[in-house]
Amino acid sequence: MVVIQTSDFSVADEYQLLQSAAPGKTGAICCFVGLVREFGDRPDIQGMFLEHYPGMTEKSLNKLIQQAQDTWDIHSVKVIHRVGTLQVDDQIVFVGVGSSHRSDAFAACEFIMDYLKTDAPFWKKELSKEGSVWVEAKESDQSRKQKWASLLKDD
Amino acid sequence: MNILFFASLREQLKTDQEHWESLEGITSVKELLKHLQARGEPWQSALNNPKLIVSVNQEVVNPDHPLSLKDEVAFFPPVTGG
Repeated sequence: MVVIQTSDFSVADEYQLLQSAAPGKTGAICCFVGLVREFGDRPDIQGMFLEHYPGMTEKSLNKLIQQAQDTWDIHSVKVIHRVGTLQVDDQIVFVGVGSSHRSDAFAACEFIMDYLKTDAPFWKKELSKEGSVWVEAKESDQSRKQKWASLLKDD
Repeated sequence: MNILFFASLREQLKTDQEHWESLEGITSVKELLKHLQARGEPWQSALNNPKLIVSVNQEVVNPDHPLSLKDEVAFFPPVTGG
């Protein structure tokens, strides 16, 4: 399930949903949360503005979830991504995966997060006293994505 | 055809979308790009970026991708979410 929202999310609530998603079958839950740092491409960040492409965002994230489900033995997946204006220390993104085994939960969670960084149409703008600047895409994010390529069945 | 612009490109062009009632003879993404750039500044510089990504109906495509009047085309810089 994919949710794009301006409001904050509760990791405790999301964890509980994943915990009860597949009764008797879930042996591992892996959750990732991304936060706004005070440093990014530049120091002294005061906040972040996040924009997305409504429709394509949901489509691309659902495709990633499907690829994860085709590749690993996972029961439940939740992706939440916030948009709009966020402050330092605010939560930006949540990826939670429930599985029978920890290796599948860890791998699927990291895979979804790595591909979200390079494939989902979100854009971040860093806000500081000196003004606001769009974040540049990182080559390191592309290389992280490459390592999964050989694992994917349909890509 | 609807054409959308996002993030830094949206700011450079000072518009987030436009609607076309006719394709004006344009048959591919490459030709659309050329047509938009021919408007002069800021279009020429803003769209003259090899890193720019183009999607048609919310799927990333290459410049040779064909266009039809019912398409939703979007131009945007490399994504930076997460």
